[in-house]
Amino acid sequence: MDSQLPIKQSFTKESLKKKFRLSEFLAEKIISSIAFLSIAIIFLIFIFVFKESLPLFSLGSDAKAKTEAQVTTANKSESYGASSEELKPESYGADTAEDLKPESYGTETTEELKPETYGSETAAKDDLKPESYGDTPKEDLSVAPAGEMMNAESQNKEGSDKTWSTFFSTEWVPVSDNPRFGLIGLLIGTLKVTIIAMLIAGPLAVLAALFTSCFASKRIKEIIKPIIEMLAAFPSVVIGFFALMVLASFFQDVFGYDSRLNAFIGGVAMALAAIPIIYTISEDALASVPKTYTEASLALGASKWQTAFFVVLPAATPGIFAALLLGVGRVFGETMIALMATGNAALLSANPFESVRTFAATIGSEMAETVFGETHYSVLFFIGSLLFIFSFALNAVAEFYVKGKLLKKFQGK
Amino acid sequence: MDKVINESENHFFSGKKSTSEIKGKIFIGITQLAVILIIAILFIILGIIIYQGRTKFSWEFISTFPTNGMTEGGIFPALIGTFILVIVMSIAAVPFGTITALYLTEYASENSKFAAAVRFSVRTLAVVPSIIFGLFGLGFFIQFLGAGADTVFNDGQLRWGQPNILWASLTMSLLTLPVIIVSVEESLKTIPRELREASLALGATKWQTIKKVVLPGSVSGIMTGTILAVSRGAGEVAPILFTGAAYYLATLPGSLSDQFMNLGYHVYIMSTQSSDVEKTMPIQFATTLVLLILTLSLNVVAVIIRSRIRRKAK
Repeated sequence: MDSQLPIKQSFTKESLKKKFRLSEFLAEKIISSIAFLSIAIIFLIFIFVFKESLPLFSLGSDAKAKTEAQVTTANKSESYGASSEELKPESYGADTAEDLKPESYGTETTEELKPETYGSETAAKDDLKPESYGDTPKEDLSVAPAGEMMNAESQNKEGSDKTWSTFFSTEWVPVSDNPRFGLIGLLIGTLKVTIIAMLIAGPLAVLAALFTSCFASKRIKEIIKPIIEMLAAFPSVVIGFFALMVLASFFQDVFGYDSRLNAFIGGVAMALAAIPIIYTISEDALASVPKTYTEASLALGASKWQTAFFVVLPAATPGIFAALLLGVGRVFGETMIALMATGNAALLSANPFESVRTFAATIGSEMAETVFGETHYSVLFFIGSLLFIFSFALNAVAEFYVKGKLLKKFQGK
Repeated sequence: MDKVINESENHFFSGKKSTSEIKGKIFIGITQLAVILIIAILFIILGIIIYQGRTKFSWEFISTFPTNGMTEGGIFPALIGTFILVIVMSIAAVPFGTITALYLTEYASENSKFAAAVRFSVRTLAVVPSIIFGLFGLGFFIQFLGAGADTVFNDGQLRWGQPNILWASLTMSLLTLPVIIVSVEESLKTIPRELREASLALGATKWQTIKKVVLPGSVSGIMTGTILAVSRGAGEVAPILFTGAAYYLATLPGSLSDQFMNLGYHVYIMSTQSSDVEKTMPIQFATTLVLLILTLSLNVVAVIIRSRIRRKAK
């Protein structure tokens, strides 16, 4: 009897309720619009990383692209004014850039190798220079009427023409009279490190996950899992530092190769960074295989390891595949370890014990030295957008493949 | 159960049994070896860094400025810089992450395409390489927001359009956002449905339920997320490489528009670009040790809180 009374009261207060609903509505809208921001961030990241690389796309042949580029260059110069051009080098180069240059290029490995790459190219460079520079004034004249921005713009365009053609070469010489941005060398370096890292991290992490989910007792599992996840808490700069200071010397003593910092060291160190990711995700995938599968297998007389190897592991393949993909994504974009442990020389060879330079490390080490708006700057942002697209695609594949396949498998559809 | 199965195997395939058992032993052994190897590597890294770093590690090291061209002295400004970075980062990331997690668990319906898109982008944020965040910080915060603010409010004088703490912290907050969202979501899921239903049945509106019932219950989740995010943010270097970290500063940063020193960046710069790498080796190891102690202890705290949440849920 008592309980019915308050309910009736609240029904009579209709007006009050409506007021509440308005604030409720507002709260909900605010919350969902903040949630929307996380989608917006992804778009913003792509747009702003890609935007800075746009000058590269201002090729003379495409009129539309040209106007687009003009708009962007016009906007830029407007917003940053004349003062920023004078100030920019200062702000970036105050203490870091000057200190960076000599050291990062002057490790033992590069010193030996640089003369070679420069020596072989000098003749070609000399041939190219007068030609390419001779073209510029002509181009300047032909596009001159478009406005006062032409000087900067034509520079960009001339740069972009040359830049695109050098993308598919193998040399990465961004700072010279005749800069070449050979992405192939960087790509091969990145792939080399990624493959080495995945060859080490993949099997190790998946086997460890298999042990924890199939063979370990509950108590051991509770010890192992947090310890391996602790590895994920190691900052990459710490792993890079360890590789640089300890691993590099150790492996040099063992294998006796020439360059102390190389793709192999980088790969080993990056494997350490990738192991916790691959481990956690594949452990989840293995644990989510329905109990009925293992019980059926055991009931049929299969032993524990046969069940684990022939039933659980195949059933969890999509999840493990996704784990490996995400591991690849992690290694591909890993910056600090690549900066510290791979030697940072863009060499073209199949030897895993040679120094390499990865995409991410290139951005990390050279961004501080570039001038805003330069071709080099745009190229670095272009590499950044490539990295972004790549990791986005990997994540999408991992996500949708796993969702589709796993659901199909376990729900018997 | 297992014993029964093994015995039956024994009866029927007495000849095959031994090989299969050996195979099984080898196989299990290999997986065990993988676990042992990973754990061994982890302890070797820890051990070497502790062993090498212990000589220099002291209170004095933590509380003094670097001296003599960074070849001597402590890491006080780097520690303070890291501290300020993670605080500003948390202020930006925690409310944002908590609200997004609230939306995903409380408001989004099961089949909502929008919620799926939010989830996907959160996961994408988690896998985007950290250097991309650095590029984004440079392109968006510094050159778009910062330089834009300078032209509008500062008459083109350079104040915000250059690397500083604020932009570095915001860049870092984007990087750590998924960490917060995931752990808040996890803790929200452990709050029993009955509590919410009871609150709604008593006549509370949804927003009141969230404010009075759901949020208080998820405080520990928010704390875990924040701690994990701080641990991550304290260790990452790539995003702040060109959004605010400085090689050496003689004074502590006075405002958000100053550059700052950072532990991870300090390790990186000292080990690769220092004028005398050999001489500063003890300092490098000690700095790495400080960084490692910071991130690992934060993680341990987070794990403890999280396991307490899980126990409560059971």
